[in-house]
Amino acid sequence: MTPPAARRPRTAPAVALVTALVTALVTALVTALTGAVAGAAAPAAPSHPAHRRVLTVAVAQTVDSLSPFTAQRVISTSIHRMIYEYLTNYSAKDASVIPGLATSWQASPSGLTWRYTIRSGERWSDGVPVTAHDAAFTFSKMISDPAAATANGNFTANFASATAPDDRTLLIRLKRPQATMLALDVPIVPEHIWKNVRDYASFNNDQSFPIVGDGPFVLTRYQPDQYIRLDAARHYWRGSPRFDEVLFRYYKDQDAAVEALRKGEVSFVSGLTPAQYDSLRHTPGITADLASAKRFFALAMNPGASALDGQRFGDGNPALRDPRVRRAVQYAIDRERLVEKATQGYAVPGAGYLPPRYRTYHWAPDPAHAMGYDPARAEALLDSAGYRRGPDGIRRTPRGGPLTLRLLGHNTDPQDQRAGEYIAGWLRKAGIQVDQSYVDPSTLAAREQAGDYDLAFDGWAVNPDPDYVLSIQTCAARPQTPRSAGATDDFLCDPAYDRLYRQQSEEYDPARRAALVQRMQQRLYEDGYLDVLYYPAVLEAYRSDQIASIQRQPLNGGNIYPQDGYWSWWSAVPGSGAADGAAGPWAGLTGKLGTGGGLGLVFAAVILLGGLAARTVRRRRTRDERE
Amino acid sequence: MAATSATTDTVAAAAAGGGPAGPSARRRWTGALDGALTVGRRLAGAAVSLLAVSVTGFFLFRVIPGDPVRTMTRGQATSAAQIAQLTKEFGLGEPLPRQFLRYLGGLLHGDLGLSYQYRTPVSELIARHIGPTVLLVGTALAIAVALGLGLGTRAGWRPGGAGDRIGTGIALTLWSVPTFWLGLLLIVGLAVGVRGLPGLFPTGGLDSGDGATGWAHAGDVAYHMVLPVTTLVAVTYAQFLLVMRSSLLDERGADYLTTARAKGLRDDLVRRRHAVPNAILPTVTLIFVNLGEVVAGQILVETVFSWPGLGSLFYEALRVPDLPLLQGLFLFFAAAVILANLAADLVYPLLDPRVRAG
Repeated sequence: MTPPAARRPRTAPAVALVTALVTALVTALVTALTGAVAGAAAPAAPSHPAHRRVLTVAVAQTVDSLSPFTAQRVISTSIHRMIYEYLTNYSAKDASVIPGLATSWQASPSGLTWRYTIRSGERWSDGVPVTAHDAAFTFSKMISDPAAATANGNFTANFASATAPDDRTLLIRLKRPQATMLALDVPIVPEHIWKNVRDYASFNNDQSFPIVGDGPFVLTRYQPDQYIRLDAARHYWRGSPRFDEVLFRYYKDQDAAVEALRKGEVSFVSGLTPAQYDSLRHTPGITADLASAKRFFALAMNPGASALDGQRFGDGNPALRDPRVRRAVQYAIDRERLVEKATQGYAVPGAGYLPPRYRTYHWAPDPAHAMGYDPARAEALLDSAGYRRGPDGIRRTPRGGPLTLRLLGHNTDPQDQRAGEYIAGWLRKAGIQVDQSYVDPSTLAAREQAGDYDLAFDGWAVNPDPDYVLSIQTCAARPQTPRSAGATDDFLCDPAYDRLYRQQSEEYDPARRAALVQRMQQRLYEDGYLDVLYYPAVLEAYRSDQIASIQRQPLNGGNIYPQDGYWSWWSAVPGSGAADGAAGPWAGLTGKLGTGGGLGLVFAAVILLGGLAARTVRRRRTRDERE
Repeated sequence: MAATSATTDTVAAAAAGGGPAGPSARRRWTGALDGALTVGRRLAGAAVSLLAVSVTGFFLFRVIPGDPVRTMTRGQATSAAQIAQLTKEFGLGEPLPRQFLRYLGGLLHGDLGLSYQYRTPVSELIARHIGPTVLLVGTALAIAVALGLGLGTRAGWRPGGAGDRIGTGIALTLWSVPTFWLGLLLIVGLAVGVRGLPGLFPTGGLDSGDGATGWAHAGDVAYHMVLPVTTLVAVTYAQFLLVMRSSLLDERGADYLTTARAKGLRDDLVRRRHAVPNAILPTVTLIFVNLGEVVAGQILVETVFSWPGLGSLFYEALRVPDLPLLQGLFLFFAAAVILANLAADLVYPLLDPRVRAG
């Protein structure tokens, strides 16, 4: 009676489709797993000798490019320090200038010609000798091709020419004297490789490995946003690194990176938050480091944004153009308490523009002239400026409105919000109302660029040579036209500061230059547009079982990453528990299976048995129902 | 016996407007024409949607505040000349209409442009990141579908029972757990290990990065996938469970099931052979919608577990904002969803004759 077709209901295609979809997915996945992914990850993987000691570093920042001509991000430039020599380097001891590829140097009496002697006997990792021609090629390329000047063009903008009269001599001719001639952070590349590059704007140096270089490490493998592998160079003139390999592994989430450190999957984590640092500080087997600051954290006040041609724009509060108001803001803020509350004490209260770590250039006001916490003084200054308190306690502007300042901060950084709350409280006491808004970094940058703010949190990391961070406060750094991108930090334009800047940029005498730089900082401090609040400490941690010792920069109280140089990775001594790179991927699994995997197996077995039991019970029950 | 086949068959036959009775040739011909028209309409609809998406993609991301050059050079030593050079290189100095035309011209040639921050063609970046994403999200989807449908069937068959209450309760709880938090919890509990429990799995990444190849590498990748897949399955399987459950509930009282029972079929068979095939249709749509999202990746899971997929690529692109990359990914994600929906539209009539009639 029943036709065979009816035994299978007509709607079965749906079931079949779902099954087919899932099967297709699984098939595709297995193919992807064994094929695409496996193939992509292994361009010419070298075999591992036994007992490789690997130092694994957790990083988060994406590499913008591995080409020294276009790379600007900290991670990329740190890697370039490890794989290329620069003319000079900065000592681990105190970041002073020491020889690099150049063994000695001399400026002509006019200061317009620099002669560098290039180290002899050096070879690129492919065996070709390193000569002065490589250096001349690198700088000439940057002078002639704007695309090659993308990353470091600020160093060569004043260069007239770079030549190599012989293999050991590099001659650089300048248009005018340049104080940064011993701080040229430009990786020197091998001419025999780079002369074949057609387009410097699009060449990323990330297609063929190992990358030919002459630093203490050789970059052998790179998967964007996954890892960067650097092998120790065998014959580096300063001595070979003690670890066989440094592996930068990506952890896009900082909490996950901290967990990986706890587990021992990574040897080192930097950029910790105070809370993370506190939790790691008491963990056995982990050394947590509190290092001196590389950066300043400041409250910037809008001086009335203007472009290079002097055209004004933005809506900065005119009250801030009165020096008495700016000074009142400085007096109203209690830096000591701010450090304690916003950074849990992991910062040093600030005043001068450059952090104390750079002792030669750091400046601090003498106590008699320091604008420390003095609420009464703040009140008096605001009174004298004509801002009288209204019935609600808020001061009134000459037009009768309340004196309100808008404060901009990052919503990505909890420190901004904590500091903002305290500052708003102190200013409110002085009679200034503060409207805080915390936004994402690009919105903040957009508002700053448009000049639409009154107060904004501001911070810069400082290099051993201060030229660049000083330059961003000059008139010349302002944008070409209103609201366009410029190098300026805060639209400052003070002719006296600019004169000092120019003088220091041409001053070859270290002591005289330092004095000029200090006067510039004094000027910034007294102007009050940039109120340096504190210098936040660098918080980092490493596994003491994997790393027995590692050099800080500066040696005393300095940090491990990022450094100006390669000292930490080059000097690190493996500990007894240093990760063994020879262990294959399964070693981790089988090792774990020995101890904990048993648990997992038992768990799986229980689930399986439970499922079977449930099925039997159900069958029996349906049979009962039927009967 | 006959009644069963009649129930399942008549719905189909009646709806198909012809059934097995043998329609005339003319009717078959018009039916084919109708079908072709429907397919044509669907294809045209998809094409229009794609076009609209490519236009909005361009303008949408230009609303995001922030100058990419400024964000990218922030904190780095960059002179005014370098900023000008970058602005020129990215074509950001040009008026918007010209930028738009250049974008459209590129699209016509299949060129999605050059990413600002990676300095790599966008299409190449997508190609590089799509493998890991499909692997991760695809595996999770397959498991979530199987788990959700299985549990949903059980729950819907005996609604209100202990199994239903506990199963659905757990699913809903996991559904409402923040993905990020669950991921971190799994890392702390299962990757690092707590109080004597050893860390079983890696904390993140696609592989160990030790250059293994072939099966060793596949095993390594699978090992790294356990926790992210678990997280994804845990937070997504509830939707399949709920749809399957409610759909089965609708079928539960149907006459044909009574008939099937009257035939003396075991309860298990009634469910498997008769109820589930009818109840599963709504989940097909859901699966197709999810299929479109397989390529979109999962921003949160990919970030917590540092999985190098399209989700984390999108996250990196948003931070700059890396306009060409954002546009390219947006277009790619939208196209995937549109195509998946198109596929669902086209496949549905084949599965369910009632739809074919409409």
